[in-house]
Amino acid sequence: MSEVYVITSGKGGVGKTTTTANLGAGLAVHDKRVVLVDADIGLRNLDVVMGLENRIVYDIVDVVDGNCRLKQALIKDKRYNNLCLLPAAQTKEKDAVNPEQMQKLCDALRDEFDYVLIDCPAGIEQGFKNAISGVDKAIVITTPEVSAVRDADRIIGLLEAAEVRNPLLILNRIRPDMVKRGDMMALEDVTEILAIDVLGVVPDDESIVISTNRGEPCVTDQESRAGQAFRNITRRLLGETVPLMDLSIDDGIMSKLKKVFKL
Amino acid sequence: MDLLGLIKSQPQPRDIARDRLKLLLIHDRSNCSPHVLEMLKTDIINAISNYMEIDETDMEIQIAQTDTEESSVPVLFANIPIKGVRKVPGKV
Repeated sequence: MSEVYVITSGKGGVGKTTTTANLGAGLAVHDKRVVLVDADIGLRNLDVVMGLENRIVYDIVDVVDGNCRLKQALIKDKRYNNLCLLPAAQTKEKDAVNPEQMQKLCDALRDEFDYVLIDCPAGIEQGFKNAISGVDKAIVITTPEVSAVRDADRIIGLLEAAEVRNPLLILNRIRPDMVKRGDMMALEDVTEILAIDVLGVVPDDESIVISTNRGEPCVTDQESRAGQAFRNITRRLLGETVPLMDLSIDDGIMSKLKKVFKL
Repeated sequence: MDLLGLIKSQPQPRDIARDRLKLLLIHDRSNCSPHVLEMLKTDIINAISNYMEIDETDMEIQIAQTDTEESSVPVLFANIPIKGVRKVPGKV
């Protein structure tokens, strides 16, 4: 039984594409057949984050227009078993695809894959409507900022209106040290306001920048804290019960010194 | 000077963010745009004007929140200065 997820946020730059790439790679590591669909027509990015930008021949618009077969447009990521990318078109407009075509595409992908992950464009216009039209479930990404949470709330409302029920929340780029100081909203602040189930928390982590620069998802990086967070989220998607990551700050040398000197 | 106490008495950015967000979402979720609020204001003026003479220029209407013990609740806050009371026909 395959599942089609949209990864969405409303606001741009909160981590939709990074999350899509990492969850896709994470699920593929668990031997699932996964396809990542970049629905951001005109501003494709998922190929770059995945490091597959040099292998694009056909794209999503070619598929829906019938210029090529679906299989021809799928780029197989050789680093994983059964992970494919369907890239967005870079030179077309958002309305190059309509919701009916998107739904048909999702149904075709269901036959071949266990998980279809759709990377939604920012905004609430046509691109968003396309991205959610063939999905079963939604993952809403936000960061602990007023603007991002506000947009997430709007998106949750729109998903509800489109009958995509019970979206799951990922709180991205949390800084435990700032939360502890009272300088940043905590997970409980955000969940109290948005009132949806939490799928995971991802700490702000330099390793994301590094892995994105390399074009390799950090989910396989055993040293990366964000990678660990994405591994946990992957297992939750697979139905396991995994406790939320302990985000308490590991006491560094400075805080130990402070303790010694009772500062 | 109690520097620490001075810093502590300031509301924390975390709490400020949470309160701003709650207020924002009350507006967003109730579709209470400035336009809707303006329409509401006109209706309130019309209703009250049947009974009282009010100062329209100094009146203010806004959605705010009051803090109860458990949480903050949204309130429609209206400050309407009364200039005088009209004689309502039919009333003794």
